[in-house]
Amino acid sequence: MAGELMSTFVVENRIWDPAEQMPRQERSALQLDRLRETVARAARVPFYQKAFQKSGITPEKIKTLDDLRRLPFTTKADMRENYPLGLCAVPRAELARIHGSSGTTGVPTFVGYTKQDLRTWAGLCARFLVAGGLRPEHTVQVAFGYGLFTGGFGLHYGIEEVGAAIIPAASGNTPRQIMLIRDLEPDVLICTPSYALNVAEVMHSMGMDPHSMSLKYAHFGGEMWTEDLRIEIENQTGILAFNNYGLSEILGPGVSGECAVREGMHLQEDHFLVECLDPETLEPVEDYAYGELVITALTREAMPMIRYRTRDIAAIDPCLCECGRTTRRMSRVMGRSDDMLIIRGVNVFPSQIEEALLGVEGTSPHYLIEVDRPGALDEVSVKVEVNPAFFSDKMSEMQELRDRIDRKIQGYTGIHVKVELVAPKSIERSAGKAVRVVDNRLKRK
Amino acid sequence: MKIHQLSMFLENKPGRLSEPCRLLADAGINILTLSLADTQQFGILRIIVRDWEKARKVLESAGCVVNVTEVVATEVEDQPGGLAKILEVIEQAKLNIEYMYAFTFRSGDKAVLVFRFNDPDAAVAVLQARGISVIGNVELY
Repeated sequence: MAGELMSTFVVENRIWDPAEQMPRQERSALQLDRLRETVARAARVPFYQKAFQKSGITPEKIKTLDDLRRLPFTTKADMRENYPLGLCAVPRAELARIHGSSGTTGVPTFVGYTKQDLRTWAGLCARFLVAGGLRPEHTVQVAFGYGLFTGGFGLHYGIEEVGAAIIPAASGNTPRQIMLIRDLEPDVLICTPSYALNVAEVMHSMGMDPHSMSLKYAHFGGEMWTEDLRIEIENQTGILAFNNYGLSEILGPGVSGECAVREGMHLQEDHFLVECLDPETLEPVEDYAYGELVITALTREAMPMIRYRTRDIAAIDPCLCECGRTTRRMSRVMGRSDDMLIIRGVNVFPSQIEEALLGVEGTSPHYLIEVDRPGALDEVSVKVEVNPAFFSDKMSEMQELRDRIDRKIQGYTGIHVKVELVAPKSIERSAGKAVRVVDNRLKRK
Repeated sequence: MKIHQLSMFLENKPGRLSEPCRLLADAGINILTLSLADTQQFGILRIIVRDWEKARKVLESAGCVVNVTEVVATEVEDQPGGLAKILEVIEQAKLNIEYMYAFTFRSGDKAVLVFRFNDPDAAVAVLQARGISVIGNVELY
């Protein structure tokens, strides 16, 4: 994949923490010790105490890592039932910070951190930042929201840990972001991938060439994105883009991140036990197969999380990476088990439609999926913005393009959708998570 | 002997056609002629103006997607059979017409036919060899 990219920057392989290279057997032993400690800590939380009693679990009964499967799951609903901080295992006085989920799927949830949790977190962010090119002499522009959202502060302290300089630009106000990039010349940009695309677009409209800017690397997170979108962003900006993964319920960013090889994100397995399960049967899927990530946080003091069902669909690659890290790698998140659209009985992920669109020459990465059920059947329409690269004065060519997009989406998803060509910039741009799906069926119920 | 035509993408919604027309009017650009191709969902507006470069800038800076194509304009007598005669020539030369439209000048007895060919240069050569009057920018404006 790397060969297709236009960025001229390369990253020398550097490893921040020797733990990333720990022999696998040694790491497994550490995981087992830490799992017992986590279960012991969790037993102080009434919710887990009850659940452990029910299944007869005590820390001593955990003999091997396989015993993990005897532990109960934790879900978002459990967090809501224990709102706001009922899952904390330490006295309130020991909390050093409280973050919240971004609230994209309803009631917010809160997570607590002790001072040690914050240190651990900064160290984990430092690992993937360094793997993706960050060096102490760099300047980083953080265009993530600073607030309850874990992205801003999480990355901020990771950058500080590495020793680089931070421009805490926070999210939004694109002209000001561009002014900061132009005048302060950061080496690294941190934001959501869709926002990076927005910044590049606004730069173009201001007559500026993103390729001529000082930015070398970007660390993207906070939303789902595809490999094609990476190529698109790199071609438009010349920046080398790295992916990282995390979620506030578990910690925030820092659960995994890409190294210079960029073939999957290294799971920080000394701190997390990661399972990949079939979301229906909850049985493990095979290596390389897609399933729901279920994560146990091994070192969280304030809020131990046992087998948290992330709803994120990804695959795990157990092969050793050539970078020297011994951890397994996860694929990008290709969907959420609860974002999965069921269209006329077929499971469809918005990311599949995005990939299909980006695979059609000349289409823009801005799109909106609308689902409705006007009669008995589900109907999907995909709005795609027209741009000068594929606009023709010939109706036949425009219709041909629309058919090509239609066929491509059908090829990726197995369903037929109605493709609508819309005027450029008519789909709303967002500073945070992009709205890609509008499900009008929910309004009809 | 070809003229420049501007094409624009329009969504098929109330008010979409007036937007580019208003932009051109505010810039003092007069539309010589236009044609609209439409589907239920979107349309393509094609216009011919004197200062097409300026018109293009005005439209693009307002965010329109604009495409410039070369079309061939011919002049015929504004009377029955005028169009049929030219179409015969085009048919015999096996030139494929992507689309066409026609308009008449305010004064005089001539009509102007605008043709979009895949290969406008070849079309101009054929038409001129058969004695059909192909007009350029100067004559048209």
